[in-house]
Amino acid sequence: MNKVNLTINGIQLEVPSTYTIMDAANVAGIELPRLCFLKGINEIGACRLCVVEIEGFRTLKTSCNITVAEGMVVKTNTPRVQKAIVTNLKLIAGNHRFECWKCPREDNCELLRLLRMYNIENDYQEDQTGTFEIKERIVNESKAMVIDSSKCVLCGRCVSACVYYTGLGILNYNNRGSNTFVGPALNLPIETAGCLYCGKCIQSCPVGAIKEQDGIEQAISYVNNKEYYTVACIAPSVRAAMGEEFNYKFGKNVEGQIYAALNKLGFDDITDVNYAADVTIMEEGTELIHRIKKHLAGEEVALPMFTSCCPGWIRYAETYYPELMPNLSTTKSPQQIQGALIKHYYAKKIGVDPKQVKVVSIMPCIAKKFECDRPEMENDGLRDIDCVLTTRELARWIKRNDIKFRDLADYEPASPLAKYTGAGVIFGSTGGVMEAALRTVKDIMEKGHEHQVDIKAVRGMKNIKEATMTINGIELTVAVVNGAKYIPEMVKRIKKNPGKYAFVEVMACTGGCINGGGQPIVPSYVAETIDIRQVRSKVLYTADKNSTFRKSHENSCVLEMYKEFLGEPYGELAHKLLHTTYTKRETYPIDD
Amino acid sequence: MAIRAQVVVCGGTSCRSSNSVKIKEEFDRVLKEIGIDKEILVFQSGCFGLCEKGPVVVIYPDETFYGHMTVADVEPLCREHLLKGRVYDKKVYKEKNKDDIAKIKLFHEMNFYAKQERIVLRNCGIIDPTNIEEYIGREGYEALGKVLTKMTPTEVIDEVSASGLAGRGGGGFPTGKKWFFAAKNKGKHYVICNADEGDPGAFMNRSVMEGDPHAIIEAMEIAGYAIGSDQGYIYIRAEYPLAVETLENAIKQAYEYGLLGKNIFGTGFNFDLELRLGAGAFVCGEETALLASIEGQRGMPRNKPPFPANKGLWQIPTIINNVGTFANITQIIRNGATWFSNIGDETAKGTKVFALGGKINNTGLVEVPIGTTLRTIIYDIGGGIPNGKKFKAVQTGGPSGGCLTEKDLDMPINYKNLIARGTMMGSGAMIVMDEDNCMVDVARFFLEFTVDESCGKCTPCREGTKRMLEMLNKICAGKGTMEDLTELKELALTIKDSALCGLGQTAPNPVLSTMANFYDEYVAHVTDQSCPAGVCKALIHYSITDKCIGCGKCARNCPVGAISGKIKEKHVIDTAICIKCGTCKTACPVGAIVTK
Repeated sequence: MNKVNLTINGIQLEVPSTYTIMDAANVAGIELPRLCFLKGINEIGACRLCVVEIEGFRTLKTSCNITVAEGMVVKTNTPRVQKAIVTNLKLIAGNHRFECWKCPREDNCELLRLLRMYNIENDYQEDQTGTFEIKERIVNESKAMVIDSSKCVLCGRCVSACVYYTGLGILNYNNRGSNTFVGPALNLPIETAGCLYCGKCIQSCPVGAIKEQDGIEQAISYVNNKEYYTVACIAPSVRAAMGEEFNYKFGKNVEGQIYAALNKLGFDDITDVNYAADVTIMEEGTELIHRIKKHLAGEEVALPMFTSCCPGWIRYAETYYPELMPNLSTTKSPQQIQGALIKHYYAKKIGVDPKQVKVVSIMPCIAKKFECDRPEMENDGLRDIDCVLTTRELARWIKRNDIKFRDLADYEPASPLAKYTGAGVIFGSTGGVMEAALRTVKDIMEKGHEHQVDIKAVRGMKNIKEATMTINGIELTVAVVNGAKYIPEMVKRIKKNPGKYAFVEVMACTGGCINGGGQPIVPSYVAETIDIRQVRSKVLYTADKNSTFRKSHENSCVLEMYKEFLGEPYGELAHKLLHTTYTKRETYPIDD
Repeated sequence: MAIRAQVVVCGGTSCRSSNSVKIKEEFDRVLKEIGIDKEILVFQSGCFGLCEKGPVVVIYPDETFYGHMTVADVEPLCREHLLKGRVYDKKVYKEKNKDDIAKIKLFHEMNFYAKQERIVLRNCGIIDPTNIEEYIGREGYEALGKVLTKMTPTEVIDEVSASGLAGRGGGGFPTGKKWFFAAKNKGKHYVICNADEGDPGAFMNRSVMEGDPHAIIEAMEIAGYAIGSDQGYIYIRAEYPLAVETLENAIKQAYEYGLLGKNIFGTGFNFDLELRLGAGAFVCGEETALLASIEGQRGMPRNKPPFPANKGLWQIPTIINNVGTFANITQIIRNGATWFSNIGDETAKGTKVFALGGKINNTGLVEVPIGTTLRTIIYDIGGGIPNGKKFKAVQTGGPSGGCLTEKDLDMPINYKNLIARGTMMGSGAMIVMDEDNCMVDVARFFLEFTVDESCGKCTPCREGTKRMLEMLNKICAGKGTMEDLTELKELALTIKDSALCGLGQTAPNPVLSTMANFYDEYVAHVTDQSCPAGVCKALIHYSITDKCIGCGKCARNCPVGAISGKIKEKHVIDTAICIKCGTCKTACPVGAIVTK
């Protein structure tokens, strides 16, 4: 590789020729301020905070996107540069509606951090004559998320992230100049803009301009109402990341402390969605076997079957590939199954009127807020899930109540609906659903054989993973799509190879749910140093490895539930409570 | 029958808006009626440049210049001039200056034209731009022929470099050098003509495109040959429908004549040319925003480096040159680099087209050698300031520039001097101001423009210029403080230093320049709450002097009933009700109403 010599603040450096000035500064241990920079995703030099002096250039230049050149002389610490940073920070602050104590980003806001670092005076906010007015508040909201332009710093990270992670580009700039705001085209509602609610925009926003729709107030009202029997359930991925909200190192499993916190917050019962994940495998595995048998018998059946637990993927299919709807598994997601079973099975079991039961799920995902409100997700007037909180929201609630999370002792929930196998916990990682399903399908179809539990071929961060297994002499090829961006490629492969694929797992978020839109935010300057997907998914695979039971059909509490209530997997009652239908979605028209 | 005379009716946009098309049609009708239509050729040309006198009609070979023509004048003119051979006195151009008042000048003797050197505008007012044969008849496409058959691409670049031609869009970058950088890259290239011309008051490019479209087409082909490109685009603002139509027609004819397309002149050189229309954004005149616009993206500039010559349209090496730059190319090739470099001064070569506007007698387009003094342009060519007013300043470079004052009148106008004086050449728009212009208001006018046109991408331009405008509004409302003046200047300098593109980097210039040259006016607004020029509404009030004859005309015309008084007695304005519209001042027959 070619190397280049340059000087930064008098320090001589030799760096690869592809490095930017900012990369070179990192090597020298010089941290440059930045706000709009998102490595590999948004390198547009818009915020002007990373500007430096380069000898030979008349004006200040952005260090984030200019490549080093031989003999370059750079200065980052002159009064001229300092003045530019301070002035531009003041200008950004002047247009920002501050409500830090209420803002979800209070603890990790990238703007607040810079304002502190440079000790900025808020000179350009509204003055006594009311001359400097904060931009009119433009809000675009839905059940899942809220875009609040009064906090937006117009960095463009969300615009770029949407394209980068989903290939869709739902968000862009509207109007121009100081009237610019970010939103869907013409600022029409985000609900009908073709958005997946994957939340990559939220994860890339440096401030609190985009956030999940608040559920904390509703959850509090349930818990405070003595008439309600409140049941909490947590998703697989929540335990892998919650610790980050309380300054634990990345990759710590804080499951027991989460249960303890929920107990302290006042929930009447605590369960685990991993249980429903095991049920999902029972249902979906049976459904897959059912479709394969039909196919082998020469009957017309929609194959490959696609997983259906990711509501972002469901929105994608309903909007962009409605012709694939017959291929979607009819099995509800674990969240919805958990709620349905709590209301229709567990309530009766513990002698509580299901109408008094309120289920609050804690999810790594914002699309789950949309999913729980889908009209189909109810039976006999009882909604499966009553309220969804993201991992971040639960953390905020815990902090608001001043609960010292790190001091909590592990709590073990008593409910049988908190029991799970290793197959259930790996749902949160890309390939996890597939691996869990294959463990069960292989066991069911090849009864009485000992099988290797780990199916490493479907693990890892490749964009599309494929694996072939021989089950009962039949060769089954499966695929795992790691991120919405690669869905079109998968559809292409399916069309080019009809009959090849039996089962496809799709997760809208790269890495799977552990990198979901509701997970703790990893600020950009931290995200550059770590692959959060690898670190968090390791937590789940470790939990799996350490589990006594690692296949969903070995979950005794699940088997008991089928025996005493549901009957056969994929049977009549299962179809009523645990299976669902899909609806074609139209985006708002853009051609007149 | 041979043609014995030509009637050239100006068909530029300005004269068209004053009915010049109807005037041309009237000429057709009258000449036919008289029966001399077969001996007289009537056509519409491009802009003559003396727009103040529009609609313009020039009769050849007599070189008689008629101005302020109306449809009603056509028949008497035909009878007088074309039938009887006498000058039509009513509308013939007469020199304004005292000595020459009775003298009728021939076209080339007119003070307006005598000091000009028309290279870029050589065909405007001479040829019919809708007929390619007329362009060919004036040595059109000879330069392209020379280039394709007798010169190598390197020789073309060397010739352009040696000429000293620099970018006429405002950047002033050596054209040959730009082509050289692009040509160094292998593979595909693009040639783009920047015809966005967004500066308020600028219409130099428009006139060239309306009056001599083939000059651009031919030049782009020459550029294509030089850098290795077979595809050109003209990015033209949609607000120029006549120029669009003229160019489309010219391109069509060039294809028909084999002067565009495949195997031009049988040399194997291919070149395709298309128009791309803008959509009303000043920022798309910035070259990287222009590229984004052509690519179908939002017109926002990109960081440079990389420069378009290396990574341009769709990341392919591209040269982008202004209409004004291209318009010089064919003459440089035909007459040689030495010829061109002998025009101008020691810092910059060739001519520059300026659009004179504002408080000037001869509004219009002038083309002079670089290095011509401001005094020559404003007084000798421009005819001085109307209504006996005093010259105060001239704004050059539009919203990116600053002002020159009385002490600069004898300064040679070139890129270097203008930059040293805190302004720039820019596109060439020159807005002249007199004592009735408030320089703070002028700065605010230009800043309002850039705030509106800012794309919004970078912090200093999007937020900073808005804050500057708010401060200026405060000052013009009489609510400013001395701290505001310091803050204004500091903010302006930081915006200049850290903005992403030329729009933001130059937007503070009008403010900085007017502050540097007219600081006392700013101070008056702040400390005295007064506007010395009598412009800023909040700071002036209208009052009636003793000159008043009590006719009551002012009171009758006042839209809000702010004036009271008895007949034959001095009237009085109630300043609490007065909305400062100025109607009374205009209506007063004796000039008794003043602003203070």
